[in-house]
Amino acid sequence: MAFTQEEIVDGLAEIVNEIAGIPTEDVQLDKSFTDDLDVDSLSMVEVVVAAEERFDVKIPDEDVKNLKTVGDAADYIAQHQVSKA
Amino acid sequence: MSPTNRTVVVTGIGATTPLGGDAASTWEGLMAGRSGVKPLEGERFAELPVRIAAPAAVDPGDVLPRPLARKLDRSAQFALIAAREAWADAGYTGKAGEDDKVQPNRLGAVIASGIGGVTTLLDQYDVLKEKGVRRVSPHTVPMLMPNGPSANVGLEVNAQAGVHTPVSACASGAEAIGYAVEMIRTGRADVVVAGGTEAAIHPLPIAAFANMMAMSKSNDEPQKASRPYDTGRDGFVLGEGAGVVVLESAEHAAARGARVYCEVVGQGLSADAHHIAQPEPTGRGIAVAMQNLIDDSGLKPSEIVHLNAHATSTPQGDVAEIKALRRVLGDDLDHVAISATKSMTGHLLGGAGGIETVATVLALHHRTAPPTINVDDLDTDVDADIVRDKPRALPEGTIAAINNSFGFGGHNVVLAFRTV
Repeated sequence: MAFTQEEIVDGLAEIVNEIAGIPTEDVQLDKSFTDDLDVDSLSMVEVVVAAEERFDVKIPDEDVKNLKTVGDAADYIAQHQVSKA
Repeated sequence: MSPTNRTVVVTGIGATTPLGGDAASTWEGLMAGRSGVKPLEGERFAELPVRIAAPAAVDPGDVLPRPLARKLDRSAQFALIAAREAWADAGYTGKAGEDDKVQPNRLGAVIASGIGGVTTLLDQYDVLKEKGVRRVSPHTVPMLMPNGPSANVGLEVNAQAGVHTPVSACASGAEAIGYAVEMIRTGRADVVVAGGTEAAIHPLPIAAFANMMAMSKSNDEPQKASRPYDTGRDGFVLGEGAGVVVLESAEHAAARGARVYCEVVGQGLSADAHHIAQPEPTGRGIAVAMQNLIDDSGLKPSEIVHLNAHATSTPQGDVAEIKALRRVLGDDLDHVAISATKSMTGHLLGGAGGIETVATVLALHHRTAPPTINVDDLDTDVDADIVRDKPRALPEGTIAAINNSFGFGGHNVVLAFRTV
């Protein structure tokens, strides 16, 4: 079964907390990784790799640049996760 | 005054060492004659011929926030901690520009290490082999590059006059401080944060140094293992940590009313051109560096009352250094109280010049020479006054002290400091 959007956002919040030290409650859909969450381009690679493992998705490098906000990432993961029927 | 002979002073100090997490606790440890050497526990060290080292007394992971620490090699973590302490100790309250007492384009940083981010390199290679390409940290290159500690300290204080990293093995930290002095003398900067750092307690560097026959194998008596000048010395003990100073032109320090620890009289440099790793046994190159210091700085041998020796506890090196000193200073060596603080801290490689500069500055400041521990049976070839077991008071009046650092490759760096 797939992860719900809530599970994805909660998971991203934990990942961002681990990598950038931002409190999980501050990691909201409209937040920009770079501008709001102190995730620079190198740390974004860490976020992506951690998200890939956690949600069993592949996020190619060329798609990472489109993931500006937590909402962008959550939508991408929801659309690309492998359905575990 | 021309910009090429400006007086340079020390206005701040910081350290994190096997004896303590800051300069004050390190100094207390030195005064108490305490050894920071411990057994290396854990399976990964079990098969090594050397199973002792001097780890930092305070783990940097307990000091820095985790999101910051995970992006820094351990050597950069130490450097940042020591630099923050030194910067605050110098009386600065924010980055250059935020604190308007120093402008970014007049501030430099010169932090060096002997072997850079070696543990990051080795750990990430383990990640590559065990977990695959995708898991190699994107922070690996900035973490392993030898200029990483200097660059991170430069970012911390907003240094824009220049950020540099001289590398000369175990002379690196001292060379960094000498480089910083020149930046100020030549007018490139008014203030420079300078020092050395090292974090190499890992099975590979230990195996490699041990196979060079450079390290003590006194695994059963860790606290007695580092024993410079003793007849039983059998090599150095690896230590980790950092020592950093804030250097300023005397005018700049005076203009902002800064507390001044001492003057940096100058440096003497030379190279042995003898062997890639062995010390030149007569101390020829060291003597040249000492003589260059005296010729260039006008330091009078009669002023020198204290030496923080390189003395790593190797059979050849400790004696070669003393021979060189005697050759240059003659009878003036008799009034030099010599301390080998590596007997307590172990050898921090590129960090040594940093923490030993901090120790030398504090020795002048407190007018007290730290002891050399574990000299149970003084080598008869050591024809000099070694401060043994207990600290010793230094004379009143204007006094000077020397800090020696030498590195694999035949690099010799001699730094001199004087009370003001």
